[in-house]
Amino acid sequence: MTLDLSLLPDGGMPWITASGPHADIVLSSRVRLARNLSGIPFSPRAGDAERLRVLELVREAATGTTLLSGAVLLRVDALTANERHLLHERHLVSRELAELGAPTARSGSAVLVGDEAALMVNEEDHLRLQVFRSGFDIGGAWERAALLERELGERLPLAYHHEFGFLTSCPTNVGTGLRASVLVHLPGLVLTQEIGKVLTGLQQMGLTYRGLYGEGSEVVGNFFQISNQTTLGRTEDELCDHLARVVAHVISRETEARRVLSRDAGYIIEDKLWRAYGTLRYARNLGADEAMNLLSGVRLAVGMYLIGGLSVYTLNKLLVFSQAAHLSLAEGRPLTEIEANLARARYVRGVLAVEAGEA
Amino acid sequence: MLCDQCRERDAVVHLTQIIEAEVTQLHLCEKCAAAKGIETTVAMPKHPLGDFLHAVQQQASPAAGDQVRCAYCQTSLRDFRASGRLGCAQCYTAFEGALRELLRRVHGAARHRGREYEAPAADNAASELEQLRERLQQAVAAEEFELAATLRDQIRSFE
Repeated sequence: MTLDLSLLPDGGMPWITASGPHADIVLSSRVRLARNLSGIPFSPRAGDAERLRVLELVREAATGTTLLSGAVLLRVDALTANERHLLHERHLVSRELAELGAPTARSGSAVLVGDEAALMVNEEDHLRLQVFRSGFDIGGAWERAALLERELGERLPLAYHHEFGFLTSCPTNVGTGLRASVLVHLPGLVLTQEIGKVLTGLQQMGLTYRGLYGEGSEVVGNFFQISNQTTLGRTEDELCDHLARVVAHVISRETEARRVLSRDAGYIIEDKLWRAYGTLRYARNLGADEAMNLLSGVRLAVGMYLIGGLSVYTLNKLLVFSQAAHLSLAEGRPLTEIEANLARARYVRGVLAVEAGEA
Repeated sequence: MLCDQCRERDAVVHLTQIIEAEVTQLHLCEKCAAAKGIETTVAMPKHPLGDFLHAVQQQASPAAGDQVRCAYCQTSLRDFRASGRLGCAQCYTAFEGALRELLRRVHGAARHRGREYEAPAADNAASELEQLRERLQQAVAAEEFELAATLRDQIRSFE
């Protein structure tokens, strides 16, 4: 099966438009719900036939839902390693479902991609449905995710326990099965060295943070994914509201840090950020982490109104499309690391030249 | 990779800093990161799941722990200890006591307070029975006779 990305609504990234509130600081808000069908072992324990049955049941149920009736089904188990990697770069499938590095993926693994929601099938849970929204909009993401979950739950018998709630493969997800997260860009707090305190504070308030790609990913380019740590003992609304309140506070701290930076170190910051832009505009060889860090600088410059004429949408696009699997797809062949670095520099130069009206 | 600060221990924290005109990558060990006031995931207390599983190992004699097995999917408490993953929904009933304690430690609560759910009106008992029969056939085909015997008993109790 060849992956035809043009079939995906918004490329499967409704958040990329940067149309939501605080989009320069918050890239996206996401709500994910983990669910399993009753009577069938969880996907890692299930046999091939059982996983295919899950996929069939879910596919059929999804056609009757508001958010996934016209969804595109991608059989992850029929994709090449690079194609799976690419879906991971778009946050459409998890590291586990993509089985990064493995020659083949788990049988029956798939993802349904609709306008507003995506549904992973046969990850460690039978269903992992997620709704992404642009900017800071956890409430909107939860509202849509709840609608999809209700409609699926009316059509499929979900595994539910009167005391433990919705049952999941890992007990850390049991209960609501809800993980709400926001992807935030906090260069101001890193520059002013306030970030340590903020991150410690998050943990004290029952939240956790990770890198751009969630569990197991490093923090690069000042991008942090903040989410709830626990899923049991509180209602879905309480979990979402708590995260939203804390993130609103983090946003105000970041805004304040940027104000302090421009007041106390204006010309240094301005020079530094223009240098980041200059490197991206003209470099011939860009490593993945280097590009991420420079894009972080330019993003900050746009947020502080130091560089005009460059949209946050373009910056979001650069962030995703400058990654290895995307470059490899664009070039039409697998790339070595050096080839990817050259292709990355070429791609970024091209986009920025167009934005500057020079191409 | 060695810690940039002490040059003695392995770096486990990788921090990108922008100070004045310099973007610097700082690679620090847990201790130096803590000294700089950088809270890290590694510096966090060990995951409660790991703690709990360790505690279970300490308390129960290995043989006793291993004997507890989910009758539906055959996952044992030992499998759960090794992988941190349960095999099926019935595991929650099979390991109920141990799980209640684990959930209290992980989530600070052991009772669901979120949305309640009732499965669609389809005949659940019948569909469960059908599933069991299907699993029995598979078990026989795979010559897993011990599992087949357990499943047969379950089917009988249903009928």
